Order: sequence, then C-alpha cells, then structure tokens
Amino acid sequence: MADRNTESAAKPETGNSAAIAEAFADGPAYVPYLAVGDPSYEASLEYVRALDRGGADVIELGLPFSEPIAEGPTIQGALVRSLDDGMTPDRFFAFAEELDVDAPLVCMTYYNLIYQYGAETGPRPFVERAAAAGIEGLVVPDLPAEEADPLREACDEFGLDLVFIVAPTTVGDRLDRIMSRVSGYVYVQARLGTTGARDDVSDQTTESLDRLAEYDVPKAVGFGISAGGHAERIVAGGADGIIVGSALVDIVAEGVENDLSTDEVADRLEALSRELKAGAERGYAARVGTAESR
Amino acid sequence: MSETGSTTSETTGAGATRAELSRRPGRERGREDGKFGRYGGQYVPEALMPAIEELTDAYERYVLENEDGFMDEFRERLADFGGRPIPLQRADRLSERYDREIFLKREDLLHGGAHKLNNALGQVLLAKYMGKERIIAETGAGQHGTATAMAAAHLDMPCEIYMGERDINRQRPNVFRMKLNGAEVNPVTAGRGTLKEAISETMRDWATTVENTHYVIGSIVGPHPFPVMVRDFQAVISEEARAQSIEKTGELPTDVVACAGGGSNTMGAFAAFVDDEEVALHAVEAGGSTLEVDEEAGVAPNSASLYTGEEGVLHGARTKLLQDSDGQIMESHSISSGLDYAGVGPELAYLVDEGRVNPVAVDDDDALEGFHRLSRTEGIIPALETAHAFGFLEEHHEDLGERVVVNVSGRGDKDLDAAIEETDKRDIDEAPDMSMFTGGI
Repeated sequence: MADRNTESAAKPETGNSAAIAEAFADGPAYVPYLAVGDPSYEASLEYVRALDRGGADVIELGLPFSEPIAEGPTIQGALVRSLDDGMTPDRFFAFAEELDVDAPLVCMTYYNLIYQYGAETGPRPFVERAAAAGIEGLVVPDLPAEEADPLREACDEFGLDLVFIVAPTTVGDRLDRIMSRVSGYVYVQARLGTTGARDDVSDQTTESLDRLAEYDVPKAVGFGISAGGHAERIVAGGADGIIVGSALVDIVAEGVENDLSTDEVADRLEALSRELKAGAERGYAARVGTAESR
Repeated sequence: MSETGSTTSETTGAGATRAELSRRPGRERGREDGKFGRYGGQYVPEALMPAIEELTDAYERYVLENEDGFMDEFRERLADFGGRPIPLQRADRLSERYDREIFLKREDLLHGGAHKLNNALGQVLLAKYMGKERIIAETGAGQHGTATAMAAAHLDMPCEIYMGERDINRQRPNVFRMKLNGAEVNPVTAGRGTLKEAISETMRDWATTVENTHYVIGSIVGPHPFPVMVRDFQAVISEEARAQSIEKTGELPTDVVACAGGGSNTMGAFAAFVDDEEVALHAVEAGGSTLEVDEEAGVAPNSASLYTGEEGVLHGARTKLLQDSDGQIMESHSISSGLDYAGVGPELAYLVDEGRVNPVAVDDDDALEGFHRLSRTEGIIPALETAHAFGFLEEHHEDLGERVVVNVSGRGDKDLDAAIEETDKRDIDEAPDMSMFTGGI
C-alpha cells in the first residue's frame, strides 16, 4: 500500500506490481485503454498489440459490463459491441493469457462482474483468476474506497495493484481515504463527466494535480486526452502518465463503421499511440528542463 | 414524521390500547450507514461521491432533524398541493367477493395520480433547500417523471427527464404531461430503451453536472442515502394507513399488499408496519410471461428480482438483481413499464431474506385480469403496476387474514393504450366488449 509521504515526492512507492512501478519509474507512462473483444476477439488482439508497438507502458483492458454508468457514449458503444460478440470474464482471461505484449495489463471493469465471478460470491476468485492470467492491476469505476476493502485484501493477497479514480470533486478527507488505499498509480479524472475525447485540457486537471502533489503515488491523468498536444501539456503540468481511452476506441469504431481492415485499424492505433507517447515525452522533457533550470 | 394516529387509551378488540397501536414505529434501518444487512451501500463513480456525501448531510439535517422547518414545509405542501391525507377506503364488493375486509389505500387520488409525488416533492424541495439549481430524473412508466416535473414546476426549478425510447412509445400521455409541466424529456436509445438504461443515462448526466444539479431517484434504489430517504418520504402512506386502520376497525390490518418494481410504493406501504410482526407484508412482483429465464439471450421475461434474483451490485447499491451467471444485468419484462426493472431496493431485499416480507409474483395475464376486475367491481381503474396486487388478491385471498390493506399505488389512465392492446390479445371475462364499436377509441 502506498504511503502518504510529503518529503520524497519524486520516487513513488511500488505498490504490488513491480512491472507497473517500473512503467512509471523512468519518464512519463502512456496508458492506453481498449475494450477487449471490440469488435471481435481476434481483431481486438491485434489492436492491443498495436498499442504495445506504439509505446504503451501500461495497457488498460476493458472487460464489458452491461450497465457502464461511468462511461460516455464512445466507450459504451465499444462495450456493447464486445458483449454482442460474446465477451465474458472467462474469454477476457483467455485473451489476457494469449496476449504477448511487454506492457503490464490492468483490467478495468465494474464491480458486479468481479463480485459474481467463480463459485463463491466476493472478489477473491476473480482476483485469483486475473493474477493467473497475468493481470497486474484493477480499475473499478463504480467501487469507491469506502466499499473496497474486500477487493483491496484480495489484490494484496495476489499481488495486484488496485487503482482508484480521483475526480475534480475529490477533496479533503475523501482524498486521504482514497490515497491510503490506492496502489500502482492513481487515475486522475481530468474533468467532471463521463469518458469521452475532448479538444481541450481542463483547468480542473491542473487543480487536481496540485491537490495530489503531496502524495507519493504516480498520477496518471485520463478523460478527454486525444492528441499529442494534450498529452504534452498534461505531463508538463505535472502528470506522471496519461490514460487514453475514447480517442483510441473512436478509431476502432470508425473501422467498424467504414468496414476497414484489421491491419488498417491497427496501424492507426499504433500511429496515434506514437503521437501520444511522443507528446508525453515532450511534456516530460519540458518539465524536467524547467526543474533543472531552477 | 409526525404522529398521524389516535392517541386515546381506549381498548381495542385486539386487547391493545389505541395509544399502543399508534406508537411511532421505528425505522432506523439503514439510516446510519446505508446498509441493510448485506445490501445497500454506495457503489458509484468517484465523481459522484461528494454529491452523495452532501446529500447524506442534507438528508440528516433537513429530513431527520427538520432543520429550517423542512419537514413542516414538506408536509404542508403534501397536504395543500398533493391532497393528503389520502383515504383508506373499504372496498365493499371485493370484501364480499373474498369474504374478508378489503381496504384500499387510495394513492391513485394523490395529485398526479400515483404515490410518486410523495417522494418527488420531498426531493425537489430538498434540492431547493440545498441550493441546487437544476433537477434531473429518470422514469420508466412516466409516473415518477410526471411527479418530478409537477414538483419542479410547483417549486420553480428547471427539470430534465430521461426516459427510454421504448417507454416513451408506451407512455405517450405521461410524456405529454411532463412537457406540459415544462420539463424537457430526453429519449434514451441505449440497450433496450427502458428504465435501467434511463437510470444509467441520468447518472451520466449527474456525473457531469453534479455541482449544481440534484438527481431525483424515483424509487428506494441507488446509493445511500436514496433508499432510506425515499422510504422516509413514502412512509407517509403506511403511517396514514396504520392510523386509519385503527380508526376504522380498532385494529391493525392482518395483511398489507403492494406491488413491487423498484419498491417505493411497497416500502411506503410497509414501513410503518415492519415492526408490527403480526401484520403480514406481501410484495407482489411482475411475473411477466414466465419466471423462466433465457440466460443465453440475457433475457428474463419477468421483473421478479425479489422472487428470483440474486445478490449483486447495480446503480449504486448491492441488492437482488436479475443477472446471468457472469453478473451481466438481464433485460427484464412486464406488461407494466413501471415494474420493468432488473433490480429492487436493498431494504426490500433485506426484509425478504429476514422473512419479514413475502415476495410473490403475478404474471401479465393475472395482472390484466386484476386491472379489469377492480375497474368493474369498485369503479377504480388502477395502474397496471397496481393491478398485480389485485391479481395476487384473487389467487391468494384464502391465505390472507381478516383485514387486508391493498396499496392502490396509482391510477390507470396512463395505461389505457397498453391495456387495450393487451386486452385484445386475450379472452378476459371482465373485459368490456368493444366489438360493436369501430374506428378506435
């Protein structure tokens, strides 16, 4: 579990997963998201491999739930396509096992699927299976810190990180409560609302990063990042990583709409990944340069 | 909540004094930590948690502590705008038919034609006390949306309602009523376009606008404090019914019957009786066309989550749900769109597990017969939701005690189109013969 440490903010705690700690250790982390099985199991394998080739440091894999209340229309559409294609938790784990990528994998899903998995109710069977499939961490958008202790215990038992989301509205005691339970990295929600690509960088992002500065856990900013320029500004503003979902899912959706080949969609995903990664690195260089010039 | 019963010490037929029968029932369940045994809780995106905390604080101060006279104003508006108290009517023909006393709690007489106003007025007023500037709500059958739109107009608050596209088509009169009251109605096309999709969509709106907007959840579902708060606003139904029963018969009812979708009229009808162990409580769910489920297709042709559902987490709470073995939420079904929901309030799930509430299911056919029977025998056209309770009464009256209260949760005007369509598909004894009329109604 990460400790709040106001004295050594430069070096983050590792949490449970050494691979995730490593991903944030040197320079900014590019953390792309795709819904597994969108639009099919096989195509999705290629798409995730493309993210890896494009420079992903951590990959978030969406396991679809029928009622994704934290998602905007883009990712909701992806989850529906995946469910329509027959995605289940077991197929998801088979996917993770088949995936031969370098980046550590984080599963993003809703609590009911975690709670229901296996013969006994409760989060332990899901986490045990996820660990066996090579998943290194979990993000659960509808599980606030107050309800998360059973999952936290299971993650600690099997060596997974449990990533929490911090919103622009998260302040004071709530922030402390979340940060005392988070591991791996904290998902900084760039602005209020649901997921979805945007063309601007919110002031709420800067304010959130300022509030989090004293906590010694990597801060990855997500919600609305769609281009290298956004990534650059966000990392220059203090983020340790960027999380990109909807902009990548949009590429998959366009592929479906326009009946593009799997290779063409994969190429586009790889190209945007390179742009985002490069943007993050430019932002990091600017930030480090600024720090060194002080 | 105020005392509504008699406080004299006259001895009743049951040996208890009226004062004893009229004691204020305790309803502390869930108030402190939002949990009902293993159910309840707060499973929502982090962006909403501060709003949930703010609402919890407001609930405790204004509703429980009556700060700034909130509850006084609520009761006054419920009386003057809503028309409370609502009668507990003895149903003479049904009493004769079933050979026991049948009483009807006439929530259909509340302003707007359903029990929904109790909660909507309470929450919109609370939003006003909290300084919120905008109201959003979801609706299935349209009754909650209508009640929220009326309350928002009454209290001069802008209001937007999310409603599944399929439900919009099934409930056009209610859509018109909402718009008449100045609300915007936003169609939800995701999924099958019914209540659960509308709830998800409203939560998304709230996640974006949480700083100035209050989400008026329409039932005893969702994250704490909604289940306790909605119950407390709706408890006026059973507080009145309890006092009225004592007044009319000198005794408590032997049974209380209410239909159950999300469960707001159910808990409203049960709340004041839960501690009266001698009063049997029957929650009548929509059995749809069958209680069998098609797990492969992800469809439950019913909405009987208390009767057949399993524990899970949906829309902010742990409760009983219609779900497949992976935990995906199933599409539900009912002839009544107001009951067409895959979950149920956590308090009801808890009371069923405790054996305090008896969950039963009535199918579409029996509900429709109940709709016609009540209309013909008592001159009351019930909502299709309510009609399920009368389907249960017909089938199970011999198992019930001597004094039965049935909660008439709403009137059926909104359901006439659906009732005509469904009646045409069936051969129902009590149904009007329309064959000599042509050209539609």
